[in-house]
Amino acid sequence: MPLFRRRKQEAAFSARTPDSALASDHELASDSTQAHLAAALVAIKDAKLGEDVWLEIERHLLSADLGVPTTHRLLESVKAEATSSAHALELLRQVLVNNLAASTSLSTEGSPAIWLVVGVNGVGKTTTIAKLAKRETDLGRRVVLAAADTFRAAATEQLQMWAERVGVSVVHGSEGSDPASVVFDAVEHAAANSADIVIADTAGRIHTKSNLMDEICKVRRVADKASGRVAEVLLVLDATNGQNGIAQASVFTEAVDVTGIVLTKLDGAGKGGIVLSVQHELGLPVKLIGVGEQITDIETFRPEQFVDALLSDAVLSDAVLSDAVLSEVSPMR
Amino acid sequence: MLSTLTSRFSQIFTRAGRRGRLKPDDIDEVLAEIREALIDADVNVDVVEKFCGAVRGECLTAELHQALNPTEQVIQIVRDQLIAILGGESFSVTYASKPPTVVLLAGLQGSGKTTNAVKLARWFVQQGRQPLLVGADLQRPAAVEQLRVLAGEISIPVYSEGRDPVRAASGGLKEAKRLGRDVLICDTAGRLSIDKEMMREVGRISKAISPQYTFFVLDAMGGQAAASVAESFHETLELDGIILTKLDSDARGGAVLSARETVGRPVAFASTGERLDDFELFHPDRMAGRILGKGDVLTLIEKTEEAFEKAEAEAAAERLIAGTYTLDDFLDQMRQIRKLGPLSGLLGRMPGMSGMEIDDNSSEQRLAHMEAIICSMTPMERFKPEIINNSRRQRIAQGSGTTTADVSKLIREFSNARKLMSSLGKAPRKAKPAKKGKKGGSRVTPKGTVSPKVANLPDVANLDFLWQTETT
Ligand SMILES: Nc1nc2c(ncn2[C@@H]2O[C@H](COP(=O)(O)OP(=O)(O)OP(=O)(O)O)[C@@H](O)[C@H]2O)c(=O)[nH]1
Ligand SMILES: Nc1nc2c(ncn2[C@@H]2O[C@H](COP(=O)(O)OP(=O)(O)OP(=O)(O)O)[C@@H](O)[C@H]2O)c(=O)[nH]1
Ligand SMILES: [Mg+2]
Ligand SMILES: [Mg+2]
Repeated sequence: MPLFRRRKQEAAFSARTPDSALASDHELASDSTQAHLAAALVAIKDAKLGEDVWLEIERHLLSADLGVPTTHRLLESVKAEATSSAHALELLRQVLVNNLAASTSLSTEGSPAIWLVVGVNGVGKTTTIAKLAKRETDLGRRVVLAAADTFRAAATEQLQMWAERVGVSVVHGSEGSDPASVVFDAVEHAAANSADIVIADTAGRIHTKSNLMDEICKVRRVADKASGRVAEVLLVLDATNGQNGIAQASVFTEAVDVTGIVLTKLDGAGKGGIVLSVQHELGLPVKLIGVGEQITDIETFRPEQFVDALLSDAVLSDAVLSDAVLSEVSPMR
Repeated sequence: MLSTLTSRFSQIFTRAGRRGRLKPDDIDEVLAEIREALIDADVNVDVVEKFCGAVRGECLTAELHQALNPTEQVIQIVRDQLIAILGGESFSVTYASKPPTVVLLAGLQGSGKTTNAVKLARWFVQQGRQPLLVGADLQRPAAVEQLRVLAGEISIPVYSEGRDPVRAASGGLKEAKRLGRDVLICDTAGRLSIDKEMMREVGRISKAISPQYTFFVLDAMGGQAAASVAESFHETLELDGIILTKLDSDARGGAVLSARETVGRPVAFASTGERLDDFELFHPDRMAGRILGKGDVLTLIEKTEEAFEKAEAEAAAERLIAGTYTLDDFLDQMRQIRKLGPLSGLLGRMPGMSGMEIDDNSSEQRLAHMEAIICSMTPMERFKPEIINNSRRQRIAQGSGTTTADVSKLIREFSNARKLMSSLGKAPRKAKPAKKGKKGGSRVTPKGTVSPKVANLPDVANLDFLWQTETT
């Protein structure tokens, strides 16, 4: 069974499985935010608002990878208005949500629409592409994959195995061939077969390597010249990673004009707080999140849900569940 | 980061005065800045608190050195403390008395386990061992295929079987014994620290093959969670060390401090790129500088003083002018340059040179190669490289794990360097060097004026060939 499902029953929110949630119905209805709060934050909720409370909140935000400048920036506005600790936490949640753009759907403009997926090594590009292919196929769209990671060992095989499971076709070159021409071929193949979307897998590249960044620029240029249209350039960020995400996002955006972020591995211990800085500094929205290794473990980004998980001790997939549970038992939410 | 820190510190301490002990309030003010610098470098907040507590204690008891200003002294304490945590005991292998020596790799998804399993195998081959790789990631699509392709590049056999990773691992152990391979390296699937079932699984793999060494593979770009993740893996597997990957990124790499502090085991290896030879033993001193950040002239000077023993450099210069500059001198100087840390960092600290682009990865690697080549030469060859003929060249290449082309190239570059150096040697000296061993004689004044010694440094930095990127 997928990890996602199993962990829902095991982790911090195990008390909120449907049966027990019904039993504690009134408690949830009376204070739905509390259900998400991290123990350390619950502990300060009724404390007198003062330096200790602010330090604890700051500590929590920093340990969610928001980074020093963003944490200070966001706390400033909360500090200006808060009248009590509980109020501070409420305001904080609101400020965090307001600082994240609600997700727009992925553009399918162009025939075919071309989606480039880029990012540093090992963040989850190939897996995300498999998930996207599945999602779009289920929506009735015809998808072609371009295996433009011609560098990493067995990268094409990995994508092919996923494609087989999903039932989509893959266009690939020989090992070491030019990634731009693989993308071009895939687009032309898709156009000839009137497919709707081409999703291009690219090799992981550290943004500081100028030759590899030149290469990805070329992929984009060539894709721009092919039939169809580059509709999305998705940068994959790993929620386990820290402050380097800002540098990744800014360099990739400069190189290939990123349209949105996919934040992966949110089912792990990392909170992905870096996306608040990325949103603020570059105006790049998170569009999708990855919550597991299985083909269906992808979701549209929802700021409230993300923030609730960020302020909790639980991983996001639990928050997803608890949301579902809460809406079942409490129509007020 | 550090450059702004340094100026902040100077302000604080100018006010605080220069004599006696560091005062608690001043220390706290400085530590507040250090704390932010470390969090920005991705060191876990709890680890930062602990670290700053230790530094505070050190600062309170440290007697102020007359020749040092207090800012320098605190930075020194911070750096020493960082190096102490990152370094501690260093890593060395003791081989199992009854082979094979078993090594297990574990870590989060995408951290670099598979790639580094093969890099490690290559390293063992260089130590004269015969490793067998075991693919026990039967989960991720094409994981075993990836292992096979990479291992194939350096002709190391790979074993894998079926669908059960525990059986595959123990099958691999039997196979290693059958084939008489003396090292077994087991690659495992990426797993989340909070995934109890998968953690139990890797625990079972470990039980099945009783590894001598279990390495936690950690991404240098990792964030705050690195501490808790490392802790979970340590609880399950009793780690013996850490392999730090993706150091070729520009991440400050504070995650390694979190993991190192939490786990209490040494960082054994550093992975600095995707290629199999982008792999080396870990250098705590370089990492400390990296976590604290670049752009700081003061750090450069301190490092320079430590690394670049003036007397040696001058002796070499004299031999150079006398025409007796040998490959031994060349090697010495190269080692000293390497001790200074990544070349880009080095240049980044030079006033006016931060714009220069350097690929640390390839230059580091080139330095390592050059060192290996020179070490494989006889004393006579080092003294008189002209005698290196074809058969000598072949022997040297074999001994150093390089090609004969690499050897020829180095010799060519050496003669170029000799030419370059002698032209520098003839140039009028800019300033008289400070006497060796006298600290404080060549510090940066609060305004950031550069001392004579710094002005001398470009002489070394000018050796272009050290960081020319090569595609070999
Ligand atoms: N837990 C979890 N694992 C993920 C997620 N997304 C990807 N992974 C895992 O992360 C690892 C790396 O994923 P890939 O899709 O190969 O990453 P990539 O970015 O294509 O990697 P390179 O092509 O090597 O740069 C695999 O083990 C995936 O199963 C996620 O959302 N959650
Ligand atoms: N730039 C860089 N890339 C690296 C380094 N080490 C590994 N990689 C890359 O990181 C990606 C992931 O590496 P893998 O070895 O597949 O990681 P893994 O831990 O085995 O991944 P899973 O098995 O999916 O959990 C690949 O693209 C590697 O080429 C490194 O030191 N630097
Ligand atoms: Mg990939
Ligand atoms: Mg792997």
